[in-house]
Amino acid sequence: MSARALVIGLGNPDRGDDAVGLHVARRVATLGLPDVVVEDARGDTLALLDRWAGVGRVVLVDAAAPIALPGRIHRLDPLAGPLPRDLALGSTHAFGLAEAVELARTLGLLPQWMTIYAIEAACFDPGAALSPAVAAAVVPAAGRIAAELAEGQGNA
Amino acid sequence: MATKTIRVDTLTRVEGEGALELDIADGAVAGVRLSIFEPPRFFEALLRGRAGAEAPDITARICGICPVAYQMSAVHAIEDAWGITVDGPLRALRRLLYCGEWIESHALHIVLLHAPDFLGFPDAITMAAAHGEAVQRGLALKKAGNEVLRLLGGREIHPVNVRVGGFYRVPTRAELAPLAATLESAHAQAIALARWVAGFPFPEFARDYEFVALRHPDEYPLNAGRIVSNRGLDIAVAEYEAAFAERHVAHSTALQSGLRARGSYLVGPLARFNLNHDRLGPSVQALAAELGVAPGCANPFRSIVVRAIEVVYACEEALRLIAAYEPPPAPAVPVAPRAGVGTACTEAPRGILFHRYRLDAEGSILEARIVPPTSQNQSTIEDDLRIIATRDLELPEDELRDHCEQGIRNYDPCISCSTHFLRLEVRRR
Repeated sequence: MSARALVIGLGNPDRGDDAVGLHVARRVATLGLPDVVVEDARGDTLALLDRWAGVGRVVLVDAAAPIALPGRIHRLDPLAGPLPRDLALGSTHAFGLAEAVELARTLGLLPQWMTIYAIEAACFDPGAALSPAVAAAVVPAAGRIAAELAEGQGNA
Repeated sequence: MATKTIRVDTLTRVEGEGALELDIADGAVAGVRLSIFEPPRFFEALLRGRAGAEAPDITARICGICPVAYQMSAVHAIEDAWGITVDGPLRALRRLLYCGEWIESHALHIVLLHAPDFLGFPDAITMAAAHGEAVQRGLALKKAGNEVLRLLGGREIHPVNVRVGGFYRVPTRAELAPLAATLESAHAQAIALARWVAGFPFPEFARDYEFVALRHPDEYPLNAGRIVSNRGLDIAVAEYEAAFAERHVAHSTALQSGLRARGSYLVGPLARFNLNHDRLGPSVQALAAELGVAPGCANPFRSIVVRAIEVVYACEEALRLIAAYEPPPAPAVPVAPRAGVGTACTEAPRGILFHRYRLDAEGSILEARIVPPTSQNQSTIEDDLRIIATRDLELPEDELRDHCEQGIRNYDPCISCSTHFLRLEVRRR
């Protein structure tokens, strides 16, 4: 991939707030950032290792399990150390995002620069729309990602 | 009476949520209960009133790991009810799609879920530090399988391209060419994987299982065949419900399946291999011999080797199907809904998957019955665990627990299908 940066939104569009990563990625795509590719990931998290291979800068956006404050945006730096387990970037199947990132770390397959935005969810009901507090986080999260990518432009 | 409880709140590295409870009284195993507590999904009920043509797409949603198995059993059952025969290149493409699912599902289970048990690692991430090459091999194989699903199924998870009568769209020969290159590489990776797992230490364990699998006149079974066993069972798929019964057990939200005549039985790679070794072809048979696995193998811990052998077979078979492929004149044969009952059984990665549908004259589903492989293996898993726990009763509790979990993973249980984690609880009194 020749893009400078890759933004991947993760989630299931049919499970309420689980779709927030997809919404944020879509919002980032509308900002027309130069040399930034925006993608969705709705399925196999292990396939992410291939998708970010060769890309210098990667931003992942996903929903996090509810903790205390729906819509709260957590910025995680996986290069600094293991992801916090209590944020539960989990999956009903064997490998969630946190496991995929840790596997990539062990195999030396993490990109040089990676940020994860995890947005606290409230509701994962089938067919539900984003809950109001989570929906309100979409624009600010996209803005923070855009700012971060603009800031890092000189380092690419 | 001495009482003791060991509890594992989350059994990881299985697909789904469940629990295992071991009751130990006076130094002996008094009870084993594999509890599946994921809320039952009621797929059989929600299919009622839907069009028969929708069954392949609705049932594919039961599982993200083996959606093709659900699509295949559903589509064949509806076609059975409507008197539709799908053969030639369309049949070959369905077999190719199924090979893709076997490759991705088996590779995931072998390398990322089960191998750590044999090598003494808590998980694949920790194992990757010492066995990075093997883990990367597993990831490459999974990717190759997913590419088959993407090309033939439209996408990797819950593919959408299968329809009653055939497919919505069929690939060109040119589209299959890059897939052949991927599968050539995957084939070499699969052989290396099989040699790697064959070198694992295997616990001594054997039982007199009744193995149940499909058997086809000339193919290693995927989409079709009679249901046979090593104890003389040999029935048409339509006779499934006469030979097998499901029962509700209080500790599980999944039904348990048994042979009406003889009770528990084993489905999956070990059963397929033991009953269809002669259908594997000379090169795969030679590999099995090299790896020391022969038909009649009754050690479920060696199922990981058989699973790897099946990955090799699936790569070979996929390559053969691609080489022989000539695009059909149409992506599907004509379909005319009618009233009737249709059944089908196909070989999901974990074992036989039975579907039956009763449809009205407009083709709407009046009744649906789905029996997934993990429900069929449930009581066999409990029987294995009774032996493992009895043998290892004196071991420290964490070792006992590890051995039990490894024994469960022999079956690659997809608890999501059978009704997600497993909790292991040991009560000693």
